[in-house]
Order: sequence, then structure tokens, then C-alpha cells
Amino acid sequence: MAEPETPVAPPKPAGPVRVYRHRLPARIWHWVNAAALLVLLMSGLMIFNAHPRLYWGEYGANFDRAWLVIGSTPDSGYLRIGDYQIETTGVLGRWTDAQGVAKTWAFPGWATIPTSYSLADGRRWHLLFAWALSIGLALYMLWTLFGGHLRKDLHVRRAEWSSRHIWHDVKDHARLRFPKGEAAARYGILQKLSYIGVIFVALPLMIATGLTMSPGMNAAWPWLLDIFGGRQSARSIHFITAWALVAFFLVHIAMVLLAGPVNELRSMVTGWFRLPPEREEAA
Amino acid sequence: MSDILLPRRQLIARAGGLIAAAGTLPLLSGCDAINDAPAVRKILAMGEEMNRASQRALIERGALAREFTRADLSPYFRPNGTRLPAGADYSAHAASGFADWRVRVSGLVARPLSLSMADIRSMPQRTQITRHDCVEGWSAIGQWTGVQLSRILAAARVKDSAGYIVFRCADRLGDALYYESCDMVDARHPQTILAWALNDAVLPIANGAPLRLRIERQLGYKHAKYVTAIEAVASLDGIGAGRGGYWEDRIDYEWYAGI
Repeated sequence: MAEPETPVAPPKPAGPVRVYRHRLPARIWHWVNAAALLVLLMSGLMIFNAHPRLYWGEYGANFDRAWLVIGSTPDSGYLRIGDYQIETTGVLGRWTDAQGVAKTWAFPGWATIPTSYSLADGRRWHLLFAWALSIGLALYMLWTLFGGHLRKDLHVRRAEWSSRHIWHDVKDHARLRFPKGEAAARYGILQKLSYIGVIFVALPLMIATGLTMSPGMNAAWPWLLDIFGGRQSARSIHFITAWALVAFFLVHIAMVLLAGPVNELRSMVTGWFRLPPEREEAA
Repeated sequence: MSDILLPRRQLIARAGGLIAAAGTLPLLSGCDAINDAPAVRKILAMGEEMNRASQRALIERGALAREFTRADLSPYFRPNGTRLPAGADYSAHAASGFADWRVRVSGLVARPLSLSMADIRSMPQRTQITRHDCVEGWSAIGQWTGVQLSRILAAARVKDSAGYIVFRCADRLGDALYYESCDMVDARHPQTILAWALNDAVLPIANGAPLRLRIERQLGYKHAKYVTAIEAVASLDGIGAGRGGYWEDRIDYEWYAGI
């Protein structure tokens, strides 16, 4: 290896070290997917409002036993899961709209698309954005598997599988101790597992259970019904997984806020991430 | 800085103008203004076309909806939509056990028919235990007995120029009698039947007596009840507002309801 002929540049002034952390496909998918999921969630809640009861099995209607019900009495709203019932007046089952009118739809207008009840419009938004979710996810899965995202970023190394390592990461998260320096450029074990869980488990599960509710798809792929235990079970799993994704979103946002929202947001827009400086080693 | 801030301010002003244009209302109403914009509705309608085209490509023409056993029947089959058609005519038919009920078969057919319930029951019958899926989200399983629509269309010698089958009903909802339609793929599907029995009993009035459509690969509102006429047409343009069904014309339910 020959020495460079030009003189070596003087050391740069101390400043943040920038690393290119998110490649373009990841950034595009992240935002397209975020928008699609928001529309799908809010229009999905509208569709749920048309029949705010969930069942297990192949069939289920008003006279059958529901495992989850959002309902109303003349002066309150409630959520019932199994035999447990809690009052949810003002939020679920009975709430007042922007004009001060009492409504008894399950989810309130601010949470649904459109704001006022329209099953037809809710379905239009839902069934169009389902395409954005599905096509985006399919392309992103291919890129993840064959474009190096899995190998470079998400692959869980052998050493990371140790329970001690995982427990260590759990403790660090609980104490809000986030990685500094070089380590911040890589995903931690919990991050890897949750991203893999979203991309390869939760989102495919949403799509598959969604398709299982389609009478047309049931004729084409009846095995969907066998996998999920019937159309109404698929509807229940669809609902539960949607809330699992909401839970992921809340933790995700909390982590972004705690780790430095400007830096994290910038990296998901431009790709460039500033490494947080190494901790001063305590003397 | 000012050269950066200025355009940003303009942007904000412009966005503010847009929101104001949307009705000088709170943000949520802004969302509904988006929902109601004609251009947006056109884009939203693309989803239905994508779903119809992809399902037609993916699902074999004759692929059957799952058939269940008697053990799977819903304890009570929930009726929906009209439960009792209004009017003296229908009441008189119900009182006489629908002895004089006629189903006209007309339009693009070589041999128009007027079928009595006895005519329909004397044709070969099909019994199927299938799941009924309401667009609202619930499902009920019932056993249906009736005549395949394809047999009626064959008896009437439906012409090749027919693209759709329209179903006319006796129940009035608001301003019009209920109507629905399907294409020839679903019209000729072996499970598409005109049913006169539910769970081994004569079809109850709440479920569409004396005759209702079963179109098993689509949602409940396609399953026209109280059927009085079957019409073969080349296009849906002249039917109602042209979208092929009562709800399709009024509140934008999808005509293709396979999902």
C-alpha cells in the first residue's frame, strides 16, 4: 500500500461524526408505510364502528357471543372484554362530537376516516390504502432480504441471542441509557427483533387476516380460513394486531423522542445520522 | 435566514388558505373536505377497480365458496335490511303463501318467462350451507335451497349480448324499490341460486320470502331479497343511477363486493 502522495489533511476540528444510516429504500418505505398505516388504522376504526363486536370462529352476529364489545347505555359508553366491563364514556361507545352532539358509535369521530359515520367511505380508504401497504411491504421485504438490509442491519448475530445480552439491552432501555458513539449507528437487539417482528410478522398478518375476511378470497384460497380458524377469528386477529402495531408505534415514538428527535428524524429524511458523542468515562 | 423564512411563510399562508377554502372549519372538517373532494373520490374509487380486476384474475370462475355442515349453522340467522316489505300487495302475497307470486325473466333473452313459485320448485334444486358476510362485518351460516340462476337463464335462453343480470325486488327503501346486479361470471356460478328455503323451512319474510338471491362470493347487500324480476342487460347505464345497485347508487358501496 503506497502512502498517498498528497499531504495528509490536518485532523478535522472536533464535531459530530456523521454516518449514513438509512438508505433511500428504507426512508421511502418508512414514510409511505407510516402514512398508509395511519389511514388504514383510522378507516379501520370506521369499519369497526359498523359492527363493534368481535367473535371467535367462522360466524358471529348480534345474537352470538362476542368476546369484545364496545357499546352504550342511555348515559354511558363501555368496553367489554370477556366478562370484564369498564366504563369508557367520552371516549368509546358514547362521546360528544365537535358540535356537542352525543354519539354512540364505538370509536369517536377524531379517530376515524371520515369523521362522521360512513361505512362505504371508510371501506374505500381502507381497501385502497391496503394496496399501498401490500405493494410497499412486498417490495421492502425483497429489498430487506436481497438488498442487504437483513444481512447488514437486522441480522441478529449469534452473540446477541444470549439471554444476558438481551437482558442487558432491556435494562439499558428501562434506564433510558441509549448507545453512544459507534454503537449508536447499529440497531440493538430489541430494535432488530421489533423491526423484524413488524416487517415479517405483524404486517403480513394484517394483510393475511384482511384477505381472510374477503368472501372472494375465501373461494380462491380457502386454506386462509383454516389457518386463522374462520372469518370472524380472522377479524378478531386483524383487530388485535392493529393495536399491537399501535403499541409498537407508541414505543417507537417514545424512543425517538428520548434518543433525540431532531437527529432521528433527520436521519429518516436525509439518511445522515450524527453519532452521539461517547460518554465521558467516569473516573 | 430571511430568504429561507419567506417562502416558508408563503407556504404556511398558502396552506392556511387551503384550510380556509375547505370551509373555515376545524381541522377535522378539513379531513372530511378531502374525503368529499371529487378528485379524491375518483382516486378512492380506483381501489374497487383494482380489487375487482385482481380478484377476477386470481379466483377461478367456478371456484366455490366454502360449504359447511349442519353442525356449523348459526343458532339464529340474523336478518338485515328490509325485514317486512311495506304495502298491501306484499301483505296479500304473504297472506296467500305467495301462491300468486311471479318472477319475470326479461331483457336480453330469447324466451321471456314468468315463473310461479311452483315452477321454481319444480326445477332441479341445489342445497348449500354457506356463510353470509355482511359489509358491516358480521357473519352467519345458513342452509339454502333453491334453483341455480344459470338454469333459469338457460331456460330463458339468455343472449350472448347480456353482460349483467339485474334483480328487481319488492321492498321499498326510501325512494326506490331495492335492486342489485351481477356480471355473467357470478350469474352462471354454480352456487348462485334463487333460494326459497332457509335451514329446511320455507324462507321467512325477514330473510326475503318468497325468493332471494344467494351470490356466495360477495357481501350481503348483493343478495337481493323479495325478488320479483330478473333482467338481462348489456350495460348498467340505464339501471338506477347507473352503478348497478340501490346502495351503490346512493352511498357508494362497491358494486364488486368480493372483499
